[in-house]
Amino acid sequence: MADLAQGASAGVRPPILELDGIGVWLSGREILDDVKFGVGPGELVGLIGSNGAGKTTIFRVVLGLLAPSSGRVLIDGRPRPRRNRSVGYVPQKIALDPDMPLRSRDLVALGLDGHRLGVPLPSRRRRELVDEMLHAVDATRFADSRVGSLSGGEQQRVMIAHALVSRPELLLLDEPLANLDLRSEQEVVELLARIAKEKGLAVLISAHDLNPLLPVVDRVVYVAHGHVASGTTDEVVTTEVLTRLYGHHVDVIRLHGRILVVAGQGRGADPPLAQELGRLSNPLDDIMAV
Amino acid sequence: MGGFWSHVVEPGFFQSQTVQVALLVGGVVAAVSGVVGVLTVLRGQSFAGHALGDISATGGSGAFLLSINPLFGFLGMGLAAAGCMEAIGVRRVRGRDVATGIVLGAALGVAALFLYFDTTFHSTSGAAITVLFGSLFVVSTSTVPAIVACAAGAFAVVLLLYRPLLLSSIGEDVAAARGVPVRVIGALFILTMAITVALSAITIGAILSTALLIGPAATALRMTRRPVTAMVAAVAIGVAATWVGCLLAYDSFYWPPVQHGWPVSFCIVAVIFVSYLVVDSARWHRLRRANVPAGSQDPAAAAARPLHESSTHDAEVLGSPRTD
Repeated sequence: MADLAQGASAGVRPPILELDGIGVWLSGREILDDVKFGVGPGELVGLIGSNGAGKTTIFRVVLGLLAPSSGRVLIDGRPRPRRNRSVGYVPQKIALDPDMPLRSRDLVALGLDGHRLGVPLPSRRRRELVDEMLHAVDATRFADSRVGSLSGGEQQRVMIAHALVSRPELLLLDEPLANLDLRSEQEVVELLARIAKEKGLAVLISAHDLNPLLPVVDRVVYVAHGHVASGTTDEVVTTEVLTRLYGHHVDVIRLHGRILVVAGQGRGADPPLAQELGRLSNPLDDIMAV
Repeated sequence: MGGFWSHVVEPGFFQSQTVQVALLVGGVVAAVSGVVGVLTVLRGQSFAGHALGDISATGGSGAFLLSINPLFGFLGMGLAAAGCMEAIGVRRVRGRDVATGIVLGAALGVAALFLYFDTTFHSTSGAAITVLFGSLFVVSTSTVPAIVACAAGAFAVVLLLYRPLLLSSIGEDVAAARGVPVRVIGALFILTMAITVALSAITIGAILSTALLIGPAATALRMTRRPVTAMVAAVAIGVAATWVGCLLAYDSFYWPPVQHGWPVSFCIVAVIFVSYLVVDSARWHRLRRANVPAGSQDPAAAAARPLHESSTHDAEVLGSPRTD
């Protein structure tokens, strides 16, 4: 099950991101325990778990916003420097009102040099880079629109351009599909898969539902109660592995190319609590999988 | 210069030294307020800006009590309050609002006490009016260098931190992920806001200082999609409003009811407010015109609509599926 064999699938190149036994304690509570996984170049990895499982904490550790209590984050085989700009980050939501004067191209340009001091001088090279990146995410149409007035999917694409314009090797996306309608969801997923392959980028996407990502993910990191299991979908999303991860019985059901993860009784011991859980969470998981 | 102009600009306007100081101070302060104001609105800190204005009234009234220059009272209290607000609650937006509210309440209570002492012990009944509502025509010449220096300092900080400030207005995590020291930047900005508000308090009074900080900025945001253009527009609107306000106040010596002049602060704020109404209604009309073709079946007209202001985008925000 949970192994670090992604190096094998990516040939000889070492993983771009490697988490090595990360543990996090916050105010006396253990949030993450011995988290190990890696993301190789050109690889798209789904970080899957329910709310509160520890996905965001993993992101904060990788971004350097939170120091782990134990373990190391390696980027390109080296310990993560304190100020690292080789990681692109797309948050779940951005805080901009519709009438704020910031165009898509301004936001993308901030991805290039937003950390610098002073007011930027007009530069042809800068503009070309921004235009190129807006084109790459298919956002040229609303390049001059206010970011706040765009739809969720459009904002997501502009933020992806913002994260990519500085040419990072690693891209992190925090629940990029959470607020999207079905069609935008599909568009964003396809865009990410294309960019990962074209640019040889390591992409880590967090999501509470694996199904929209199924066609494109190379591997899955499943998070529950601060523990992770990583590997290919077939290796990880199985009744045995997830039962061990969750600490109670879950059933993995494959249905028309989708995967339902359902708490409930199986072959093993089925105490009344598990039955109760199964009864309660069945409809919920069905809805989440649609 | 015919008879009409001599009525608009009453004789002696430009020769009066009081007016010269007022135009200089008002112009400088309005310019820096415009630049800082746009970033304040972008960063969603309008409430903090308003609170800093009210809080600096405590410093201004204290300065009257101690017979020192009110500018230093406004400045000292504003900076201290900004430091407190930053120290109490920076982690979350909501925490910041609560922290601001607590500091604001306490400071206004002290201001009430100081103003009471001012009027009872010093018999300076004008203190309350001057601190709270200001008067550009009583700014002393000796204060001018300090005002210009403060304004230049605030201006320099904002220009230097322009990009990191914009970036962290998108989201603090985004900025931190790009290597921006978000806390330091945020603290420097709120201190800059405190300086700007103190200058504004000298110009149009502590209570009205928000009008100069937020008013021109809010008007400018309605006019443009670019942050730099918005700043330039806010500066232009602020400076123009201040100067026109001075002119109106000067002219108002010949106005009813008492032929004693209207408060200059009122005149400035009135001009700011009217310019906001004019710009906003112009935008509203433009939007309404632009949205008419949306109902028709003419795809060329629909495509010609400016995307950033089209109603389809508003609809998408509400989650309706796209049809194009």
